[in-house]
Amino acid sequence: MNKLKTASQIVAQLQDGMTIGIGGWGPRRKPMALIREILRSDLKDLTIVSYGGADVGMLCAAGKVKKVIFAFVSLDFIPLEPFFRKAREQGQIDVMEIDEGMLLLGLRAAAWGCPYIPTQVGLGTDVIINNPDLKVIDSPYDDKEWVAMPALKLDAALVHVDRADERGVCRIAAPDHHMDDWFVRAASSAYVTCDELVTSEHFVPAEVSRQVFWERSLTTAVCHIPGGAHPSSCAPFYGIDNSHFLAYNKYAKDGGFTAYSEQFINGKTEQEYQAMFGGIDAIRQIPHTSY
Amino acid sequence: MTATSYSLAELMICVAATAFEHDGEVLATGIGVIPRLGASLAMSTTNPDLMMTDSEAYLLSEPNPIGTRSDDFVQRNETWMGFSRIFDNVWSRKRHAMIGPTQIDRFGQSNISALGSDYNQPKIQMLGVRGLPGNSISHANSFFVPNHSTRVFVEGECDVVCSIGFNPERMPKGYNNDDIDIRLVITDICVMDWQGPNNTLRLVSVHPGVSVDEVIEKTGFAVHIEANTPTTAAPTTEQLALIATFDPHNLRAKQLKDNPPGIRPVAS
Repeated sequence: MNKLKTASQIVAQLQDGMTIGIGGWGPRRKPMALIREILRSDLKDLTIVSYGGADVGMLCAAGKVKKVIFAFVSLDFIPLEPFFRKAREQGQIDVMEIDEGMLLLGLRAAAWGCPYIPTQVGLGTDVIINNPDLKVIDSPYDDKEWVAMPALKLDAALVHVDRADERGVCRIAAPDHHMDDWFVRAASSAYVTCDELVTSEHFVPAEVSRQVFWERSLTTAVCHIPGGAHPSSCAPFYGIDNSHFLAYNKYAKDGGFTAYSEQFINGKTEQEYQAMFGGIDAIRQIPHTSY
Repeated sequence: MTATSYSLAELMICVAATAFEHDGEVLATGIGVIPRLGASLAMSTTNPDLMMTDSEAYLLSEPNPIGTRSDDFVQRNETWMGFSRIFDNVWSRKRHAMIGPTQIDRFGQSNISALGSDYNQPKIQMLGVRGLPGNSISHANSFFVPNHSTRVFVEGECDVVCSIGFNPERMPKGYNNDDIDIRLVITDICVMDWQGPNNTLRLVSVHPGVSVDEVIEKTGFAVHIEANTPTTAAPTTEQLALIATFDPHNLRAKQLKDNPPGIRPVAS
């Protein structure tokens, strides 16, 4: 089955009001080309589930978001995501703020078809106060109370991988595939962008197929966009574009997201966007961070 | 041999190392340069059973030096430890995290999420609760405070309670204080723990040149003070040499404003 689609064909599958999960982690391996395509679309009222970075900041700033389900939104070396911060401080968005592990459990519950997964995480904190819909329940097996972390069912998952074939076999060779497999499993449809489109032969070596974290039956569509995670990283190909994130951060103080969008997104193709950074060859020279 | 000259950051690193000394075989996670160097120092001296990650996706047999490393450096991987597996470790309880919260209250609750009284429109949106709810109810946690003040040690409760503490009003059904494991609080002026009466904050030692009164003044709630508060032990020259190998770019000098000396000069 050939699942190749363009970014605009993928975004055309998304609808107003959908719950959309976004893979990656903070400034790492975010499907930013798809985010930019959403920013060029009329989509609105989205509920976003993410280990958030600029994906969440940009979507909030552009007024695409009704609600964010998150544990953090951060660019790491710039700890506070500037546009998410603005949206929160102006009271523009609804939130469900939960622990990082709870978010994982919510995705797992959705993937496994469970209404919830019991956990002690969140007890004694404002997570259970600020989320009145989050139920604390008794256990049939002990005398403690437990947080019933509800399934986070996604209408769509958007993830970026380093390699995929046209049938939707996806490899993540980066040191960490983060929770991308759980986003894909929690979603009715999973849309993948890849830095390299490969033939199925690519996956034959065991050490490569070991880096495939979900079955192709879960991949709805594949879009080949080299550099599609920029300005986030996509190891082993390129690191986080720190200098671009610093510039992005400046727009929050001066010019706002409209100015950023006019400069980098609105009316621009992905090629035109990349050309502003010297093209894909220059993006692939962005060094990896040493922690 | 006891060092005669050391920075405050180095003193705090050595104190941070003591937090992990008796932990046995657990994952030590120090968020930030000083906590991470503390864990690295402990793993290389007092507690070789500790485990640390590369702050990305692998568990290491030896701590990595911080920052850019030479091209021929080979980190000592021992297993994959991506983020999903970190939670398996957290929920197995075999971990001790040391983080620097923006607010800490008298119950040992902490906040890194947001500041202000209106949750729906915070005055300052910070990181979000991150992993604090899970860390605090699953394993040992210590706090690192580079700027001991009443802004950090708040008079009331934290604006957003991200981690469970010893607050009777919030104690979940089936839990008591013994289920909560909050260890050291290491600040730029002193060391404290939560072993005061009913798990209140207790002064353990003051850094060289700091008075007990200063600690009281800079803490927004009562600190339990025992007679004859000792002075925080100075680093040894061996410790300073090890710290330098784990921090070859001297990032520790940039962690505290103006990189003050460990022994506070007498005011003239």
